[in-house]
Amino acid sequence: MLADSDRIFQNLYGMRDRSLAGARARGCWDGTAEIIARGQDAIVEEVKASGLRGRGGAGFPTGLKWSFMPKEVKDRPHYLVVNADESEPGTCKDREIMRHDPHTLIEGCLIASFAMRANACYIYLRGEYVREKEALQVAIDECYDAGLLGKNAADSGWDFDLYLHHGAGAYICGEETALIESLEGKKGMPRLKPPFPAGVGLYGCPSTVNNVESIAVAPTILRRGAEWFKGFGRDNNAGTKIFAISGHVERPCVVEEAMSITLRELLDAHCGGVRGGWDNLKAVIPGGSSVPLLPKDLCDDAIMDFDWLRDQKSGLGTAAVIVMDQSTDVIKAIWRLSKFYKHESCGQCTPCREGTGWMMRVMDRLVTGDAEPEEIDMLLDVTKQVEGHTICALGDAAAWPIQGLIRHFRNEIEDRIKAKRTGKVSAIAAE
Amino acid sequence: MSTRRLAPDAVQPQSFAFTSENQAFAEATIAKYPAGRQASAVIPLLFRAQEQEGWLPRAAIEHVAVMLDMPVIRALEVATFYFMFKLAPVGTAAHVEVCGTTPCMLCGSEAIIAVCKNMISPAAHTVSADGKFSWEEVECLGACSNAPMVQIGKDYYEDLTPESFAQLLEAFGRGEHPRPGPQNQRFASEPLGGATSLRDAALAEPVNASIALAEAEPRR
Ligand SMILES: Cc1cc2nc3c(=O)[nH]c(=O)nc-3n(C[C@H](O)[C@H](O)[C@H](O)COP(=O)(O)O)c2cc1C
Ligand code: SF4
Ligand code: FES
Repeated sequence: MLADSDRIFQNLYGMRDRSLAGARARGCWDGTAEIIARGQDAIVEEVKASGLRGRGGAGFPTGLKWSFMPKEVKDRPHYLVVNADESEPGTCKDREIMRHDPHTLIEGCLIASFAMRANACYIYLRGEYVREKEALQVAIDECYDAGLLGKNAADSGWDFDLYLHHGAGAYICGEETALIESLEGKKGMPRLKPPFPAGVGLYGCPSTVNNVESIAVAPTILRRGAEWFKGFGRDNNAGTKIFAISGHVERPCVVEEAMSITLRELLDAHCGGVRGGWDNLKAVIPGGSSVPLLPKDLCDDAIMDFDWLRDQKSGLGTAAVIVMDQSTDVIKAIWRLSKFYKHESCGQCTPCREGTGWMMRVMDRLVTGDAEPEEIDMLLDVTKQVEGHTICALGDAAAWPIQGLIRHFRNEIEDRIKAKRTGKVSAIAAE
Repeated sequence: MSTRRLAPDAVQPQSFAFTSENQAFAEATIAKYPAGRQASAVIPLLFRAQEQEGWLPRAAIEHVAVMLDMPVIRALEVATFYFMFKLAPVGTAAHVEVCGTTPCMLCGSEAIIAVCKNMISPAAHTVSADGKFSWEEVECLGACSNAPMVQIGKDYYEDLTPESFAQLLEAFGRGEHPRPGPQNQRFASEPLGGATSLRDAALAEPVNASIALAEAEPRR
């Protein structure tokens, strides 16, 4: 198990002093000016060397992303935009950072903005996170009062303003270009890329969008060094990571652990194990609703990192682990995600707008068993037609969970259809 | 995607104005964005208007559009695009938003919805006979490790059972504002019964940040 002394988020549960003084006692804001004095290039290189990959779902190397920003500020200001939309089903980790350990994020915003030559940063929170926004605002106000934000922030010589902004309930606003549109006061409809935000982002200016956790871990990486961070996890999967575990474990929780921990250890050490014991496990969605599930046999050896899960045609995503025991109607569990994607499609691309509805309606019938057996392959075919043919990755996200279901639970789907037709209820369909 | 329409004219008030406190909030919010980019404030202002009125009438949308110097149709687009905007009146004591997405479903959200149907009204988006309550099913609220859960106003009520949820509704019905957060003795999102990490934490406050902020808020 990860030692407490190696946990970046020392107040994840909010049980310790949440004020600036408390955060300082835990090491936040220690030597911030010296970190900034190292200069932009050195900071970006250190983050690159640490192996940090984006915590928002796609796992893109953070240092590399920062290096895409122009090296000089010309006629347009630069912006850092922090993605605190946290709407991927299963995901509830950034919430804990914002309400309970906000100074990790605020210091990260200053350092990352400096590294990308931005004098202003917007944090975009999902609208439902009202208390999280209030908690973060309290912490920001404390920082302004203490001179850690504003002119010559933290005595670093860098002028820096940090603003909170919020949405109003639309999953799609987590997609980085939809988020920018929303922040500009429009409907959250993703933009076609290119141009990428580093060239043309918020207000047409060079911008970088990063997840809350990606930014909040940066100060500790810079204080303790790239080698320390790289010491956790397998090659190319560095660091510690916040996992959010939900569903059928004895004690669901949010916890920071080392990357590449085995699924079994994660659930046994922190969640009291699978409800009814490991053998009562049916399937796990390892990285939030968008990634395909893993059936029990793959869970036995599962390693929680980007590369292992990708090799199993799944993904680490946001490290939101959704556990389903044997009592679960797995077809219905995935059907509910299809309903989610249909609800959340922004509607601007035809394959996604029509496809998400189409997929959900077939899933409706798979749940009740009222489908034709041929419809399973037709459904698979539709997922392939949506995947890769849309402006943003929501189309893919809607397709993948269904592909995973058919890949691993085709028997169960077929049995249910058969049972419905013969009027007999087989052991599986009776669940 | 779903189509969202404004409430019929019969329930729409003729006019809207921010209270002086909310007017000051609106001006401070607009100042957060660069000159000429005041449209960025549209969501926060519509949100504040909704908090003031309990729902978002057409007159408020038009008022915000004028304030931000944007075409009314753009503000209408925003109001109808984002699901948190309530375009018709909701219950006066509580509008319950039940999370029904898979992690909550696995932990019993269907039983919570059954309580809503039973105690509030059989159909979502329908105000109860006494006008006090309404409910709807919403998508993942980002508190899945504390499932099942609902949002009521600004607050999350987590780790619910049908029984504890029914008691909450009764409390709202009496005009109370029951303590939000986990309803099963958990502090926040640590494992129930005690954290497995950061165990030597000394409790600075007896409640988590969300609860502390809810309790610090003056009640109207
Ligand atoms: C439909 C959709 C929803 C997304 N939602 C989120 C989200 O809620 N939070 C987040 O950080 N990233 C989300 N992303 C990923 C962002 O587009 C972006 O990749 C991420 O914020 C980059 O940050 P990172 O490099 O630090 O991971 C979403 C992507 C898609 C396609
Ligand atoms: S893929 Fe779907 S959500 Fe993304 S832009 Fe197209 S219609 Fe909108
Ligand atoms: S699924 Fe209900 S809070 Fe996430």
